[in-house]
Amino acid sequence: MEQSHHGAESGPKQRAVEVGTALLTLVFGLIVLYGSVLVGFGWGSDGPQAGFFPFYVGLIICVCSVINVVSGLREDPDEIFAENQQLVQVLKVLIPACIYVALVPFLGIYIPSVALIVLFMVWLGHYGWPLSLAVAFGVPAFFYITLERWFLIPLPKGPVEAMLGL
Amino acid sequence: MNMIAENFTFLYHGFGIASDPFNILLMAIGILLGVIIGVLPGLGGANGVAILLPLTFSMSPTSAIILLTCIYWGALFGGAITSVLFNIPGEPWSVATTFDGHPMARSGRAGEALTAAFTSSFVGAFFAIVMITLIAPLVAQFALQFGPAEKFAVYFLAFASFVGMSKEPPAKTIVSMMIGFALAAVGLDMVTGQLRLTFGITELLNGFDFLIAVIGLFGIGEILLTMEEGLEFRGKAAKIDPKVVWKTWKTLPRYWMTSLRSCIIGCWMGITPAGATPASFMAYGIAKRVSKNGKNFGNGEIEGVVAPETAAHAAGTAAMLPMLALGVPGSPTAAVLLGGLLIWGLQPGPMLFVEQAEFVWGLIASMYLGNIVGLILVLTTVPLFASILRIPFSIIAPVILVICAIGAYTVNNNVFDVIMMMVFGVLGYLLKKTNYPLAPLVLAIVLGDSAEEAFRQALLSSGGAVSVFWSNGLVSSIMGLGLIAGLWPLIGLAFSKLRGTSAQPA
Repeated sequence: MEQSHHGAESGPKQRAVEVGTALLTLVFGLIVLYGSVLVGFGWGSDGPQAGFFPFYVGLIICVCSVINVVSGLREDPDEIFAENQQLVQVLKVLIPACIYVALVPFLGIYIPSVALIVLFMVWLGHYGWPLSLAVAFGVPAFFYITLERWFLIPLPKGPVEAMLGL
Repeated sequence: MNMIAENFTFLYHGFGIASDPFNILLMAIGILLGVIIGVLPGLGGANGVAILLPLTFSMSPTSAIILLTCIYWGALFGGAITSVLFNIPGEPWSVATTFDGHPMARSGRAGEALTAAFTSSFVGAFFAIVMITLIAPLVAQFALQFGPAEKFAVYFLAFASFVGMSKEPPAKTIVSMMIGFALAAVGLDMVTGQLRLTFGITELLNGFDFLIAVIGLFGIGEILLTMEEGLEFRGKAAKIDPKVVWKTWKTLPRYWMTSLRSCIIGCWMGITPAGATPASFMAYGIAKRVSKNGKNFGNGEIEGVVAPETAAHAAGTAAMLPMLALGVPGSPTAAVLLGGLLIWGLQPGPMLFVEQAEFVWGLIASMYLGNIVGLILVLTTVPLFASILRIPFSIIAPVILVICAIGAYTVNNNVFDVIMMMVFGVLGYLLKKTNYPLAPLVLAIVLGDSAEEAFRQALLSSGGAVSVFWSNGLVSSIMGLGLIAGLWPLIGLAFSKLRGTSAQPA
C-alpha cells in the first residue's frame, strides 16, 4: 500500500500528516477529558460518577497521542503521504461526496444520488449521456423498488418526490 | 460427558432448522451477496453486513443471522477472487493470497489458484466450525460463573491482545481503541442516567451508532483509498471447469500439514481478536519458512495460496466463538453481528446457550451448511464475479457511495447519520494512511458500554479498590493473560536480547 518514492514526486510529507493526526487525537482526548470533568469523574455517593470511565479513556488518549507526536517527529522527513496528483484524485471523489451528503437532508436521497452518479460517469468516467442517465436513474429506481416496496423501509424524500406524489 | 451428547442432540435439531428450504435459500442469497461485497472495493464483510442489517429486522432472528453470517462467509470467499485475478486484495485478509495467487493467474493457472483458494477457505472454516461446536458450549458453561470483574478481565484480554498482536505501533492501537471507547461513552450514561460528552448538541444525545462508524470507516474510507490508486482495473479472465477442480483437488492432500498448521494459527488468532489479516500473513510466513518449495514462494506456488486462505477463513470463522460464548467479538464483522443480536433482543454471551439454544445451534448448523453451499456456489459462479470486477470504478464508486448513504440512513432513519458517515469516512482514510488500525476502534464502540458497565460494577462491589481485578484465581489469571498479550512485543524483545540474537523476525 505504501507508495515507492523516488524523490521526484511532490506532495504532503508523511511526517507532517502523522504529527497532525496525533495532534488531532490529542485535541480529541482533551475534549473527552473536559467533558468528563463537566459531569464529574470522581467517586459519587452511589459509586463512580458518569465521567469516571471516559476520564481515564481521555487521559490514555492524551498520553498515547503525545507518544505518537514524538514518534511521528522521528519519521523519515522525505517520505511523502501521497502524491499531489493522487490527492487530487481523492478530492475529486471526496468533494462531490460531501456535497452529496449535505444535500440529502434537504432534497432526499434520490435526486442527489442521480446527480452524483451522472457527475461521476460523465466527468470522471467520460461516458456518454445516455448510458450515464440510464445508470443514474436505474440504481435509485432499483433501491426504491426493493427497499420501499418490498422491505417497506422508507428512504429520505424531498420536495420533488412530494410533487410527484411518491 | 453427558453435556456433549446433549449438545449433539441440539446440533441435530439445529440442522433441522438450518436445512429449512427458506433458510437454504437465504444462505445462497447471502453467499452471493457476500461474494459481490467481497469483490467490490469499498464494501467488505463488516460494512456490508452493517448496511444490510436493517433489512433483517423483520425476519426471525435465526433466519436473519443465517443470512448475515452467510454474507460474511461470502465476503471471505470473495476476497480471494480479486486477489488471484486482479492482484487487488478485496479484503485486507487476502493480501497474502496475492503473493502466489496472482503469479499463478498470470501463468495461466487462475482456475487452479482459485480452486485451491476456495477449497482451503472451506477447509479452514470447517475446522473452525468443528472447534466452535465442541468448545463453545464448554466456554459458555465456564463463563456462566463470571462476575463483573471476570467480564471486564475478558474485555481487557481481548483489547490487550490487539495491542500486542497488531503490527501497528502500540500507542496508535491504543489511541484508536480509546477513541472507540470515548465515542461509545457519548450520550446517556446507563448507570446514572446523566448526559455526558454531548456538549449540548442534540444530535449526540443518542451517542454514536457503531454501524454508522463501520459504514464510514470501512466503506467511504476504502473508496477514498482506492481513488488514490487510480481508476483502472486490469485483470485476468478465469474459467473453472470440473476437470481443473478435480485435478487441483487431487494435489491438495499433499499439503495437509500446511493446512493443519494454518487452521490452528487461524483459530488461535480468530479467538483472540487479532483477526484474519495477521493470521493469513503469519500462516504464509511460516509456510514459506517450513516448506520444501519455500524458495519458490511468490512465483506461483500453490502452497502459498493454501496457507493464507486456510488461516484467514479459520480466523474469520473462529471469531464467532468468543462472540457467541462470551459476547466479545473476534473481528469487526463479528462485532456487527453482535450488534445485530442486541437489536433483535438477544443478549450475546454465556446465557445465550441456555436461553436461546435453538438460535445458537441453528446458527452453528447453518455454518456447516453455509460453507458447503458457499464452496459449490463460488466454484460455479467465478466468471460472473470476475465480470463484475470489469465494471469501471467510475460507475462502481458513486453507486457504492449511494449504497453506503442508504445503509447509514436506514440504521436509525436519520439523515444526520449520513453526514456522520462521511465524517467517519474521512477519518477512516486519514487513520488508515497513518497506520492506525481500525478494528480496535470499531470493537471498542460496540463493547464500550458493556466494558464500562462491567468495570464500574466490579469497582462498586469492591468499594473502588482496583484490587478486585486480582481478587481470585480466575480473574487474576485472565488479567495475567491480558497483560502478557498486551506486553507481548516487549516480552519478545527481552527474549531475543537474552538469547543474544540481534535481529528478531516478527
